[in-house]
Amino acid sequence: MFIPHTKAETAQMLKSIGAKSIEDLFSVVPDKYRFPKLDLPSGVTEMDVLGEMKEYAAANETVEDLICFLGAGAYSHYIPAAVDMLLRRGEFYTAYTPYQPEISQGTLQAVFEFQTLMANLTGMDVSNASHYDGATATAEAGVMAYHNYRGKRPKILLSASVNPQNREVLCSYLCGYENIEIETLGMENPLDFSPDAMISSIDENTSLVVVQYPDFFGRIYDLSKLANEVHAKGALLAVVTNPIALGLLKTPGEFGADIVVGEGQPLGIPLSFGGPYLGFFTTKKEYVRKIAGRLVGETVDAKGKRGYVLTLTAREQHIRREKATSNICSNQGLMALAATIYLSLLGKNGLKQVADLCFQKAHYAAKKIGELPGFKIIGKGPFFHEFVIQCPISAKEINERLLDYQILGGFELAKVYPDLKNHLLVAVTEMNSLEEIEYLVNSLAEVSHD
Amino acid sequence: MNTPANLKYTKSDEWVLLDGKIATVGVTDYAQEQLSDVVFVEITVDIDDVVKKQGHIATIESVKAAADVNSPVSGKVILINQDLANSPEHVNTDPFGTAWMVKIEISDPAEMSQLMDAKAYEEYCSTRSH
Repeated sequence: MFIPHTKAETAQMLKSIGAKSIEDLFSVVPDKYRFPKLDLPSGVTEMDVLGEMKEYAAANETVEDLICFLGAGAYSHYIPAAVDMLLRRGEFYTAYTPYQPEISQGTLQAVFEFQTLMANLTGMDVSNASHYDGATATAEAGVMAYHNYRGKRPKILLSASVNPQNREVLCSYLCGYENIEIETLGMENPLDFSPDAMISSIDENTSLVVVQYPDFFGRIYDLSKLANEVHAKGALLAVVTNPIALGLLKTPGEFGADIVVGEGQPLGIPLSFGGPYLGFFTTKKEYVRKIAGRLVGETVDAKGKRGYVLTLTAREQHIRREKATSNICSNQGLMALAATIYLSLLGKNGLKQVADLCFQKAHYAAKKIGELPGFKIIGKGPFFHEFVIQCPISAKEINERLLDYQILGGFELAKVYPDLKNHLLVAVTEMNSLEEIEYLVNSLAEVSHD
Repeated sequence: MNTPANLKYTKSDEWVLLDGKIATVGVTDYAQEQLSDVVFVEITVDIDDVVKKQGHIATIESVKAAADVNSPVSGKVILINQDLANSPEHVNTDPFGTAWMVKIEISDPAEMSQLMDAKAYEEYCSTRSH
């Protein structure tokens, strides 16, 4: 064990603060909490531990065992083997940016590539690298907008069709801000609520309007009118997006979004409860100093050779000290690398292909389910790879029965919108074969009978 | 180090030029030297804002550090140097001229007498370690 202080040094330090012993420093903590009796089993061998852990793991039902139609923010996609292979290389395998980052040119180059990919994908000027997940990235959009107007525009408008987790985390981050008002619009009629319905609520106190594209229900809306109205009122527009969908869709940047955020998990990161996932955050160049985290730039060294540097960390603690408004300089570096490798492997056409497969298969599934007696597809507008079905019985019941068929059903919307008891949000990706989709349709027909 | 005699100074290295009721505020030559190359200036108040003495009015970022600029006087902001955002280097080249930051209509003239004159500020700077 490494103990940095000699006994003499410890004694000297204790003396100068007026304590007799190190135990004295903990005297404010009641005895019973300082040395609680721990009821622990006796030690077991490595072999036994492994056996027990395997048992726990086997009790877990994953998308490896079940046919998955669950999405709602995290999606089952194919991850090329090369992603993990490269990720686990010793040179990369850390979540941290090295202190003295410029010594790790490979890491900085990977971060630089990540920024370039995300900026291009979302149609924005700059990207940071990165956030914990889509929800914290969304919250940062709120933080940035609030500070952009120095608290003078305390109102943030959220659409009810933004992922509920993103909405909740944004509220957690901002609820303590001075005068903050966070309003969610459309909760009473989320399935009939379009982004344009937010326009009448935007006023001179609004700093930010947050919508999702495709929205939580999978729907695709033209956001240009909303963007114009937001800007006419002098506010900012943040768009939460799915990066896979952008392989096919017009970018939020083209609509005039000021901030684009989202969950990067679909880009080569496995589904897991609690992460690690990846949040991305892109914006216009004029806000480059307002973003959290770090920005890597490309430059040339004294000999004119290409090199990478940490160019901007304008809000971080090592620059702003006690005035820092962010402490996310390390973040999900490894996950950002996974997304970078995934996108590089797929390329522009590959990503488009994945998006197209998701789109086509989801539309096929929706058509087939819509033909089932008692089932109804909600909404007539365009959607990406997720859609809402209204079932003849409660969605909870449907899901429980589908599990008997080894199917992980959709997301029960009643968990967020209590009125939508029979509504299920179904996601289809390139992972779902034609056979699986037909099996789902047949199983739905069977489980909806009593 | 340049310390014009017609200005008043603060311990946090701001200067003030008073003309009637209008105070022009910036940071000193000493401050810009300590900061080294300034790469970014953000004025964090708007016209018509009421600021208090020592209230935060701007942030300066150099290649070495970020520093806050605080108002030496209380009053109402009547003008902001918009050009500074695009040419932050003026803080280095002309701290007492083109790098002025805000103009404030002062509400308490007595505050001026609490500020240092050029000689006091020079002495103050000479006592600080480098």
